[in-house]
Amino acid sequence: MSLTSLTAVELGRKIQAREVAVTEAAEVVLASIRQKEPHIHAFVTIEEERVKKRAEEVQRQIDEGSLTGPLAGVPVAIKDNLCTKGLLTTCSSKILWNFIPTYTAEAIKNLERAGAVIIGKTNMDEFAMGSTTETSCFGPTKNPWNTGHVPGGSSGGSCAAVAAEECPYALGSDTGGSIRQPSSFCGVVGLKPTYGTVSRYGLIAYGSSLDQIGPIARDVTDCAVVLETIASYDKKDSTSVKRQDLDFTSALKEDVAGMKIGIPRDYFTTGLDPSVKEAVLAAAKILEEQGAVVEEFDLGLVEYAIPAYYVIACAEASSNLARFDGIKYGYRTDAYEGLHSLYKKSRSEGFGPEVKRRIMLGSFVLSAGYYDAYYLKALRTKALMKQEFDKAFAKYDVILGPAAPSTAPVLGESLDDPMKMYLGDIYTISVNLAGLPGISVPCGTDENGLPIGLQLIGDCFAEKKILRAAYAFERTGAYRHSPLANGEHVSERRVQ
Amino acid sequence: MANIISDATIEYVGILAKLALSEEEKERAKKDMGEMLDYIDKLNELDTSAVEPMPHLFAENNVFREDVVTNGDGSKDTLANAPEQTGGGIRVPRTIADETAETGRTGGESA
Amino acid sequence: MGKQYETVIGLEVHVELATKTKIFCGCSTAFGGAPNTHTCPVCTGMPGALPVLNRQVVEYAIAVGLATNCEITKNCKFDRKNYFYPDNPQNYQISQLYLPICRNGRVEIETEQGCRKDIGIHEIHMEEDAGKLIHDEWEGCSFVDFNRSGVPLIEIVSEPDMRSAEEVIAYLEKLRLMIQYLGASDCKLQEGSMRADVNLSVREAGAKELGTRTEMKNLNSFRAIARAIENEKNRQIDIMEAGGTVVQETRRWDDLKEYSFAMRSKEDAKDYRYFPDPDLAPLRIDDAWIAKIKAQEPEFRTEKMARYQAEYGLPLYDAEILTGTKRLADLFEATAAICGKPKKVSNWLMGETMRLCKEREMDADEIRFSPENLAGLIALTEAGTINSSVAKEVFEHVFAEDVDPERYVEEKGLKTVHDEGALRSTVEQVLKNNPKSVEDYRNGKEKAIGFLVGQTMKLMKGKANPGMVNEILRELLSK
Repeated sequence: MSLTSLTAVELGRKIQAREVAVTEAAEVVLASIRQKEPHIHAFVTIEEERVKKRAEEVQRQIDEGSLTGPLAGVPVAIKDNLCTKGLLTTCSSKILWNFIPTYTAEAIKNLERAGAVIIGKTNMDEFAMGSTTETSCFGPTKNPWNTGHVPGGSSGGSCAAVAAEECPYALGSDTGGSIRQPSSFCGVVGLKPTYGTVSRYGLIAYGSSLDQIGPIARDVTDCAVVLETIASYDKKDSTSVKRQDLDFTSALKEDVAGMKIGIPRDYFTTGLDPSVKEAVLAAAKILEEQGAVVEEFDLGLVEYAIPAYYVIACAEASSNLARFDGIKYGYRTDAYEGLHSLYKKSRSEGFGPEVKRRIMLGSFVLSAGYYDAYYLKALRTKALMKQEFDKAFAKYDVILGPAAPSTAPVLGESLDDPMKMYLGDIYTISVNLAGLPGISVPCGTDENGLPIGLQLIGDCFAEKKILRAAYAFERTGAYRHSPLANGEHVSERRVQ
Repeated sequence: MANIISDATIEYVGILAKLALSEEEKERAKKDMGEMLDYIDKLNELDTSAVEPMPHLFAENNVFREDVVTNGDGSKDTLANAPEQTGGGIRVPRTIADETAETGRTGGESA
Repeated sequence: MGKQYETVIGLEVHVELATKTKIFCGCSTAFGGAPNTHTCPVCTGMPGALPVLNRQVVEYAIAVGLATNCEITKNCKFDRKNYFYPDNPQNYQISQLYLPICRNGRVEIETEQGCRKDIGIHEIHMEEDAGKLIHDEWEGCSFVDFNRSGVPLIEIVSEPDMRSAEEVIAYLEKLRLMIQYLGASDCKLQEGSMRADVNLSVREAGAKELGTRTEMKNLNSFRAIARAIENEKNRQIDIMEAGGTVVQETRRWDDLKEYSFAMRSKEDAKDYRYFPDPDLAPLRIDDAWIAKIKAQEPEFRTEKMARYQAEYGLPLYDAEILTGTKRLADLFEATAAICGKPKKVSNWLMGETMRLCKEREMDADEIRFSPENLAGLIALTEAGTINSSVAKEVFEHVFAEDVDPERYVEEKGLKTVHDEGALRSTVEQVLKNNPKSVEDYRNGKEKAIGFLVGQTMKLMKGKANPGMVNEILRELLSK
C-alpha cells in the first residue's frame, strides 16, 4: 500500500515507529500533488521549501521526544480562509490575491503544536460563498471521482485533496454545509463541530454566528483525532466555549446498541435523488441491525432553513467583508479618483459575482426599513428552529439524513442558477443555524459511481454520539470505496 | 416575481456596500435579489410574533479580558500588507473634512 | 425684532475612558506613540481577528451611569454600526444601539440665577474610537494611524433639556468633574478625551413642538461650544425670520473663522445597518456587580465640600474652589495629610498656584508639582527657615519644575538670616547711607521706616528675618 493511501493516524504511527521519516512523508505527498494537481486543482498555494523545512523541524522534535502525538509529522492541507503566518491566504478571492497574514489561526496553531506539517492551502468558493468551489478566482476544483463534476463546496479543495490522496487529511470550514456537502460529494468524512468548539480566531469570517472549522479525512477515526487536536477554549474568541469533554477519540466504539436515531420524514419528500434516498435509508437499516433504535419523526420547519440562513449569513457577510476595501491589505485598484472611487473600484474588481450578490442582499436586508422584516424575522425563525431541534433531541441521540439531496453536479451547471445551488444546502444549513455538530460519512455511490454522504446530526456538544454512530457504521464495512481504489490514477481518468 | 427591485434600490445598496455594478450586473442583481427576496418571503408564513430574535446561540455571557497591556509594537505587522504607505501610516486618498460628516463619529480626525 | 425664540439644546458627549488597554484588544491606549505602534490584528481590522471585551470598560461605564442616576441595562449587548471610512479599519464600528448599558438618568446643574435644574440623560453607550487621519498638504494625500483605533469611549446622550450656552457649560463642567472624580477619564476637551456634539434647534417661545435640529461637531473648548451655540442659534433664527426652513444636517464648527459649514457627501447614505455583533457575547450585569461598583464610588464634590469645612475647618469659599477640579482637590488632600496645615495648603493652592496657572494659561489639570514639595515649602516657612517673599520665589520653581524646596533653599543659600550681629551691622550701614530717611522718620514720617526695611532686605538679598529687622531699626532710630 502506498504511503498516500494511509490515513493520518496510520501514517502518524509509522512516523512514530521511525518506519517513515517526516521528510519522506512530505515528499511523497508533494509528489502526489505534483502528479494529480493538473487534473484536480485542489491547491492554490504550496511552498515546497517551507514544507521541507517544517518537516525537518518536526522530525527533530520527534527525535528529541517532544512530539509523540498521533498527528506529529503528518502532512495536512488547509482551506485558504484560515490565516497562516507568512503563507499566502486568499479566500480564493482576487481581493486578497497578495495577502500574507502576520499571524496564524488558533486551530492551526493547535495542529502545529501537535506536529502537523502544513502542505499547502486549498481552493474554495470565494470567501466560502458557494457550494461547488466554482466561485474561486483561481478556477474550479474537480471531483476526483469524476473530473467532469464539481467537488462540492465551499471546502471543495480540502475534500478533493483528501479524496485524491494528495494528503491524508485537511481542515475546512462550514457555514451552511461547506464541510459536509463536499465531503459527501468527494466520498470522504467531514465533521462540523458544535459552534464554539474550535476557535474562529484566524478564520476569515463569512457568517460569524454560523462559521465553524472542522476536520476532513478518510475515516471517522482521523476526524475524531483531528477534532481532538484542533478543539480548544480560546480567550481570543469570545464565542469559544469552555468544554470539558474534548476527548473525542473515546467515542470510537463499535457500539450503537440502544442508540436512538431519528429520521426526519421531511428530509425524504421532494427534491431528493432516489439513489441518495436509497443509500441513506440503507445505512439507517445497517445501524438498526447494529442495535440502534431507528424511527421516523417530523422535524418541522425544514423548508424555512434556507431563507433564514441566507438572510443571516448574507447580513453578517456584508459587514464582515466590508474590511476588504483596498486600504489596509489586498487588492487596490490601479486607477481611482478619490476615496470613494478607490473603495468602489477595488471592491467591484476584487470580488466575484457570487460574493457581490450576497453582499448586496446582506446590505439590503439590514438597511433602513427592512431590518425588522428580514433580519429580525430570520433571527426569530432561527429561534423556532432551535426549539424544533431541542424537541427532537429530547427523544433522539442522533438525527440521520442525507448530507445533500444529490450527488456532485456536472461542472458549470450550478453557476447560472444560484437559487438551485442554494436549495442544495437544505440538509446542512439548519445544523449551522442551531449550532449543532454534524458529520458526513460515505454510504454509497449513485449509478454514475459518484459518492453519497450520510449525515448524522447531534445535539449541541454531542459530537461523541455522532462520532460513535459514524464509526460503528464505517466499521460494518457496508461501504468502503475510493476513487483510486481500482488502482487507476487520477491523471488517467477521462474528463467527461 | 413579487419583489420588484428598482434601479434606485440597486443604486442605493451599491452606495451602502461600496460596489459599483456595470449595467449588465445591475440587471442581474435586480433579478437575483428579487428572486431571493421572494424566496425569503416564505418566512412570513411563520407566526413569530411570540418569539424573541436569537442573535447568539449559547447563553455564554460576560466574556472579558482584563485591562492588561499584552501587545507590543505592532506597526511592522500592521503595515506589512498595506498597498501604499507613507511615514509609518497607510496611505489613502486625501480625505477632506466634509466627508467625515457621514461617519457619524466626532473627533478622531485632524483637519 | 418681533418674535421671541427659545433655543433647545441636547448634547452627545464622547468620553475616552482611562483604561490601560483598548476596548477589544491588549494594545496600549497611551498617547504619543509613533504611528501604528499601538496596534494589532484586532484594532486594525485584519481578516480573521476577533474582539474580546475589556472588563474595565464596562465597570467605568456602569460607574458613570450610577453617578448620573441612570438605570443599568442588565442584559445589554454590542451592535455593529456599518460605514466606510479609512480611520475605521473594519468599516464597522462596534457600538451599542439597541440595548445601551445605561438609560434614563439625570444630572443636576446650577443655572446662572442659582436655580437647580435637572438635565436628563437619555442613554450612555460603550463604543470604540476611530484611528487618526493625518493630512499631508504637500503630497495631497492622507495617511492612517490606528493607534487610537479601539480606544474605549462612552457616549453620553442627553435629553434636549438645555436652553442656553450657560446651561450647556454648566452641564459639561458637572459631567467632567464627576467623571474625573470617578477616575473614568481625564476629560480633556483640547486633547479630545472629552468631545461634545451639540444638537440645537430653535422654536418660537411657548411653542410645544421642537424645531428642526442641526448637529454641530468639532467643538474643542468650552469657549468654542459657547460661540458655536450663539452662532447656530442666530443662524437658525435668521433663516426662520427670512421665512426659510432649517435643514436637518451635521455641521462642522471652525473656531478660527467663527463659522460652521454643512458636511455633506453624496457618496454616503446615513444608513448604518446596525445589527447585533455576532463576535461578542451578550453582557449580563447582576445586582451584585452594580452594588460592588456603587460601593467603590468616590466622594463627589458636594460631599467633599462639606467635609473640607467640617474636617479641615476651611471656609466655604476655599472648599468650593479646591473641589472645582479633581487635581486641586487631590493636591489639597495629599498635601494637607503630609503637613497637617490645611488652611496654609489652601492658601498656597488658591493664591500662588491659581495666579501662576492664570499667568501661564494653564488648566488646574496640568499642574505638575507634587504634594511632598508643597508640604516641604510650607514646613520651611512655618519653621521660619525662609521668609514669605523667598517662599514665593521658591514656589515658582516648585510649580514649574517640582523642585525639592529644602534642597533648593540650601543650594541657593536662601535661608533667612536670624543672626542679630549681622542684621545690626547691616541696619547701621543702611541708616548711615540714608540720613534723609532717618530724619524724615524722626520728624514723624512713620512711612520712612518701610523704605529703610526695604533697603536692609535688599542688602541682605531678601533673606533677612523681617521681624528682627523692624525691631533693630526701631531700636536704633529711637536712640
